[in-house]
Amino acid sequence: MADIKIPAGSFKPLTQDTHEAQEKISAPSLTFTQDALRRLKQNKVAVVSLIVLLIVMLAALLAPVIAPQSPNTQNVAYANLPPKIGSGNIPGFTGKMNVGGVEVDKYQQAGVPKGKTFILGTDYLGRDLLSRILYGTRLSLLIGILATLVDLLIGIPYGIVSGWRGGRLDMFMQRVTEIISSIPNLIVVVLMMLVLRPGLLSIVIAIGFTGWITMARLIRAQTFQLKEQEFVLAARTLGESSTKIAWKHLIPNLSSTIIIQTMFTIPSAIFFEAFLSFIGIGIPAPNASLGTLLSDGQKAFRFLPYQMWYPAAVLCVIMIAVNLLADGLRDAFDPKS
Amino acid sequence: MANILEVKHLSIDFKTYAGNVHAIRDVSFNLKKGETLAIVGESGSGKSVTVRSIMGLLAGNAHIKGGTIKYHDEDLLQKPEQEMNALRGSDIAMIFQDPMTSLDPTMPIGKQVAEPLLIHKTMNKEEAMKRAQSVLELVGIPNAKARMKDYPHQFSGGQRQRIVIAIAIVDYPQILIADEPTTALDVTVQAQIIDLMKELQRKIETSIIFITHDLGVVAGIADRVAVMYAGKIIEYGLVDEIFYEPKHPYTWGLLNSMPTLDTAGRLEAIPGTPPDLLDPPKGDAFAPRNPYALQIDVEQEPPFFQVSKTHFAATWLLHPDAPSVEPPAAVRAMMAKYQAAQVQAKVGTIDG
Amino acid sequence: MSKYLIKRIFYLVLTLFIVASVTFFMMKLMPGTPYTNQEKMSADQLRIMNEQYGLNKPLIQQYFIYLGGLLHGDFGTSFQFNNQPVLSLIMTRLGPSLQIGAQAMIVGSLLGILLGAVAAIRKNTWVDGVATFFSIVGISIPNFVLAVLLQFFLAFKLQLFPIALWDGWSSSILPTLALAVAPLANTARFMRTEMVDVLNSDYIELAKAKGNSKWQTVAKHALRNSMIPVVTIIGPMAVNLMTGSLVVENIFSIPGIGEQFVKSIMTNDYPTIMGLTIFYSFLLTVIILVVDILYGIIDPRIRLSDSQGAH
Repeated sequence: MADIKIPAGSFKPLTQDTHEAQEKISAPSLTFTQDALRRLKQNKVAVVSLIVLLIVMLAALLAPVIAPQSPNTQNVAYANLPPKIGSGNIPGFTGKMNVGGVEVDKYQQAGVPKGKTFILGTDYLGRDLLSRILYGTRLSLLIGILATLVDLLIGIPYGIVSGWRGGRLDMFMQRVTEIISSIPNLIVVVLMMLVLRPGLLSIVIAIGFTGWITMARLIRAQTFQLKEQEFVLAARTLGESSTKIAWKHLIPNLSSTIIIQTMFTIPSAIFFEAFLSFIGIGIPAPNASLGTLLSDGQKAFRFLPYQMWYPAAVLCVIMIAVNLLADGLRDAFDPKS
Repeated sequence: MANILEVKHLSIDFKTYAGNVHAIRDVSFNLKKGETLAIVGESGSGKSVTVRSIMGLLAGNAHIKGGTIKYHDEDLLQKPEQEMNALRGSDIAMIFQDPMTSLDPTMPIGKQVAEPLLIHKTMNKEEAMKRAQSVLELVGIPNAKARMKDYPHQFSGGQRQRIVIAIAIVDYPQILIADEPTTALDVTVQAQIIDLMKELQRKIETSIIFITHDLGVVAGIADRVAVMYAGKIIEYGLVDEIFYEPKHPYTWGLLNSMPTLDTAGRLEAIPGTPPDLLDPPKGDAFAPRNPYALQIDVEQEPPFFQVSKTHFAATWLLHPDAPSVEPPAAVRAMMAKYQAAQVQAKVGTIDG
Repeated sequence: MSKYLIKRIFYLVLTLFIVASVTFFMMKLMPGTPYTNQEKMSADQLRIMNEQYGLNKPLIQQYFIYLGGLLHGDFGTSFQFNNQPVLSLIMTRLGPSLQIGAQAMIVGSLLGILLGAVAAIRKNTWVDGVATFFSIVGISIPNFVLAVLLQFFLAFKLQLFPIALWDGWSSSILPTLALAVAPLANTARFMRTEMVDVLNSDYIELAKAKGNSKWQTVAKHALRNSMIPVVTIIGPMAVNLMTGSLVVENIFSIPGIGEQFVKSIMTNDYPTIMGLTIFYSFLLTVIILVVDILYGIIDPRIRLSDSQGAH
């Protein structure tokens, strides 16, 4: 101990301001959202999913610009042409088909002029599949988003009112959701589709009407917790109106729950649309949605599998990407799980 | 007395997103047979990490950088998992902090208490259940026989902690590690649990490492005390030495913030927060919060200075060149009371 | 317990009553008529038909007749399908649906529990990553797409199974697989979350401190505690299977109630649609009730606090 060299003056008491300098917290502070976004950015799977989704959404949005032709233009002469790109050198996009063991150039057979190709082929009415898929994706995404909006518009106010008011009203509202949730939502959707005329609006209403229960439940539980917290109590004591408290204090604190749940609602709405169209009570012909494309594709699936492949692939890619992103968002906003 | 456990130069890091947290920095201590050693410190000082490393129960992101933990001349840190399993729960047992969450909610408590005996094949099932029952009686669970089949949620917090203790002592361990066993309990129940542990120590002749942040609890149970701060032991000695002749300003701060019967007015808290162990300061980690800090504290880490045969403290204030400083008033009062008591005790022995 | 049960059964009956009423009036709002070849019928014929089915009576009267019938298990008579009583129509088609549904539920939940447990134990390793990715894919791919894919590759290309036919157990394999993937994926995700929680809990650390090896800890403490909550997703799983059965039965031509439901929708067969709606709701509410009771039985915290309370 004694042989440690200690410079003279070392044993002077430290002055007060060095104390303060040393007590400074050096790490920058992040808000909750910043922190969540940072975690989300680190999640490669979620970022890739987000990019994929953005590309799909952009393609759907630009469908009128990038689609080779109108999705509903029929040309029976060109029916069931296989996919072909350029002069047909790319495997899988040759424009040829194996008919009874013989390779047949379908384009030649149908008398398609040289240079005209259908990248993803045509369907049984000679409609361009790529154009139909682009428009179909657009319609499916639109339904997904609109149905989710309906879900939010019912679910959030319902949950907040139920949780905020509590008491008898809450009891009653809880019973209502319990009863609705014990009817398989598919059946409600189907019944509503039968009563309403098939179409975009009725699908949106039917899906939105059955989808809000989960959202309402989550919001109610959260509201219950929030309303006991100091900042809400303070606002109440200061005499702020309930509506104002809901907007200023509840919604911001509920936002992560809402975002995450929304991300789970969108794929289920897209699924329901596809499902309804698949069993034939969804989007009416001739409009294309991913569901109707799948339904058409399935009929000729054994012999013209490409008519099913591409819509199925697009649907699966959208569903997987949304779910992966939702998963990433949940991890980012709720680091515990 | 012989040392049953010797910890030497233990250093442990935790890998986190932000970097390596140096949670334990060159910690050495030993545990004598039959004694109770208290390790005292704020949360985050590394006391729990230290004892978990003895149990071999560190979290997955922990990395042992160096040091040894000798038990019966074997380094526990080098032991394969299988041999550690054989030690855990039989030679070395641990009492956990939170009785409300430490018991399996879906298993009857009799079975949970008997489990260590069955794992270590100490006895057959029938004998194990008998032992479990007698240990439950020992820790003071009324009507133990009938309650063996009950589930944890049917017991109160204090009773559950007794059950947790029963699990720890059922195989008569050599070393009993108690990680803040009374923190989650009411004050009255705390006192009961402390008494119970003292009684059990006598009955099963075990050594105890008692972790706490509460110096008040220490006085009642410990033979020796080690004070930890920022991943280091900064002062250790016999319990009386720590209470009545403390040398480190951090120990002063701890004592000063402890309510006693003499406390008048408000309690003194230690200002500031412990340092960030991602990047521990160069000198004495306590210097920024230390009103007695010297220039050298921010430049060089203090070595241990010997105070007595059993008492050591790592503070530059003990260096011969250091200016002499007075501990806070409350601590001085405590020291004075002790000296008076010492004098009386001497008088008493002469009289007797 | 019995008080709770009575309350639950009351709500069950109330729910079914509301379902029946809503379905009845919705069906009355439905466009189109129930008769297949209405165009060929004369006004007289229509009148006679309406009389025969009681469709000429006032709406309210029809409603009470229908409700009264339900109480005796009379779900009405199908307009199509040889004028069979709806209930017997359902009963003859229940077998295949139940078989496939039960198989899918068992396969899905068992494999799901296994997958979720492995993912949780190997948390944040490549095993966990693969399991998580697989379960998200499983949730994402619609079961009818999966059904068609299985049909195309395993039945049509490889000819391992019959394409679309209901004949013996082997024909139930593909539909079971198609239906089982979603419950499997859901169970795996749920199980993983539960198990991660449990593995982080204090009692698991205590179990290790007792000297249990990693696998002993999992087998004796972690599995049971994380599997108990999994029971709660049986309800949503049943809904999922019902939904799936509608298309999967169609794709594989299985004579089950799902296929019947779609057929009835296509043919405007009100009584059958109504009957099946009520039947589905009944099935679901009963499943949820049974699951709740089951949960109370296997979780000692609920079981004991309900019947005897703390000492």
